[in-house]
Amino acid sequence: MSKEPTEVLSPALAVPIARRGQAAVLGERVIEGLVYLCGISAIVFVFGIFFFVFKEGAPFLAKLDFKEFFFSKEWIPTSSVQPKYGIGALIVGTLSVTTLAMVIAVPFGLGAAIFVSEFCTGKTKETLKIVIELLAAIPSVVWGFIGLSVMSPVIIAVFHVPVGVNLFNAAMLLALMSVPIMVSMGEDALKAVPDSYREAGIALGATRWQLVYRVLLPAAKNGLLAAVLLGVGRAIGETMAVLMATGHAVNIPDSIFDPVRTLTATIAAELGETSHGSPHYQVLFLIGVVLFSITFVVNLAADFIVKGIKRK
Amino acid sequence: MNTQMQWGVRTVAVATVAIGVLLTGCGKKDEAGGTAPAGKKTNVANIGSDTMVNLAAAWAEAYGAVDKTVVIEVNGGGSGVGIKGLLNGTAELANSSRHIEDKEKAELKEKRQLDAKEYVVGFDALSIYVHKDNPMNEITMEQLRDIYGATGTTTKWSELGITAIPGAKGDEIIRVSRQNNSGTYEYFKEAVVGKKNEFKLGSLDMNGSKDVVELVGKTPNAIGYSGMGYANPSVKMLKVAKKKGDPYIAPSIAATHDKSYPIARPMFFYTAGEPAPHLKKYIDWTMSDDGQKYVESTGYVPLPKK
Repeated sequence: MSKEPTEVLSPALAVPIARRGQAAVLGERVIEGLVYLCGISAIVFVFGIFFFVFKEGAPFLAKLDFKEFFFSKEWIPTSSVQPKYGIGALIVGTLSVTTLAMVIAVPFGLGAAIFVSEFCTGKTKETLKIVIELLAAIPSVVWGFIGLSVMSPVIIAVFHVPVGVNLFNAAMLLALMSVPIMVSMGEDALKAVPDSYREAGIALGATRWQLVYRVLLPAAKNGLLAAVLLGVGRAIGETMAVLMATGHAVNIPDSIFDPVRTLTATIAAELGETSHGSPHYQVLFLIGVVLFSITFVVNLAADFIVKGIKRK
Repeated sequence: MNTQMQWGVRTVAVATVAIGVLLTGCGKKDEAGGTAPAGKKTNVANIGSDTMVNLAAAWAEAYGAVDKTVVIEVNGGGSGVGIKGLLNGTAELANSSRHIEDKEKAELKEKRQLDAKEYVVGFDALSIYVHKDNPMNEITMEQLRDIYGATGTTTKWSELGITAIPGAKGDEIIRVSRQNNSGTYEYFKEAVVGKKNEFKLGSLDMNGSKDVVELVGKTPNAIGYSGMGYANPSVKMLKVAKKKGDPYIAPSIAATHDKSYPIARPMFFYTAGEPAPHLKKYIDWTMSDDGQKYVESTGYVPLPKK
């Protein structure tokens, strides 16, 4: 007697649990697997691309004169007499355009983020957000065209310089292209600061500017830094707009109104018509490796800075 | 934008080649029997000049609609590669932006007992562009070499006797050039700068013929070179003389045809001996008004109208 109920009960209890369990376990496994794949796919792709780029460029490494490659400004890859593969001027070009773009974009981007997040409400806020997002949707070839045919004559007329496609022109475009990212990321970072901070600040008698400057900026600095670095990434990697607006000249600039040439634009302009496997082709892939390394260093530095800030 | 177009043309060329390769495999047997059945295609290997590769690809693509039984497989590599293809029989039609050399003619005679047959299919002519407000009207090839070449020292407009360009800031000559693997760049280097010379670094290397003219039109200090067909109202084409004392010749289709304009060259097709009827038909088509349309649309100078 005492046995029976348990025998009846246990399957009655066990069956539904087991059934749900089996399906759930299976479903769980599948979904887990999928999510795992998504997670590692980024790593697989990054390494795959790096491997491919490196493989295409590697045969030239043996012949490469590293000192000439990094420090010479003589980029004459198609010479019939003596080809020269110096990317010094191109590295300077990329770094100078990116730096100037950030000098312009950071105050604008963060300022706009603070304004959108803290100072405006209602319709203004919505309109501003939509318009800024719209700015991010403009294709880079359109920016390049604006640089080449609209901004170039304006720069010549306003700044009295001989050429309008130059470092400044490209940096302006890159600034405009990276501002939308900074604004939306920066606004998110500011939004993440708890309202109790704002209430406490106001209760202590702080003005709105004091609140932003003394409370919100320190509280949101990690997020704001991430916003700026995303902008930097956008600026380094941009190709089409800088190809059209920098002037694309192998030149170490003396002033911000000199034409320059970037690493990305060089690859874009020359890879299409270079015969597969030639030294020129391999060197262009090595430039790809250099770009990869620059991006990696920027990201790593960002990581360390953010960690450093956290420790404090 | 231009790059994308070039890519497009290239893709078409590659696709044509791919289709051609596929078809050679299955079409061979039937060709031996004389008349190929409907649907089978004859392939023509068309190799040579990189300058002409876009034009050749445009022709090959358009010819698909004219004669569906012939597939033209276009490949670049250089004029020399095309002519070599004729010598060893891997090309039936060679594109060349230079005359065949006597040595090559003799080799063809010796190897294949055939005479090279030459067809002029169009001209490649470069204009020298300056801003429309620039008072300069004429220039010599030597002056151009001094401006563009690494051995030259000319960097200022005043050195050319030009002192007041309306709207210009400063005296500097802004050199507009092309990216270093375009056919236009190669030809300008060969014809003006010198084969053993290099371009002076620091020129603005535009990524398309149209971009060169566009930029010169916006920059009063600039000088640039590009195909004759790209002129617009904001630029001016300079008259060019071979050397000081020679007459200055304005770039025009007529001056290209009578060879008085110094920065122009004919573009050739070569065949080994008399071409087969289907190939003859293709060559005749490229030289017809219909085919010459593509010469103009790819930026070159068409043949004189018959």
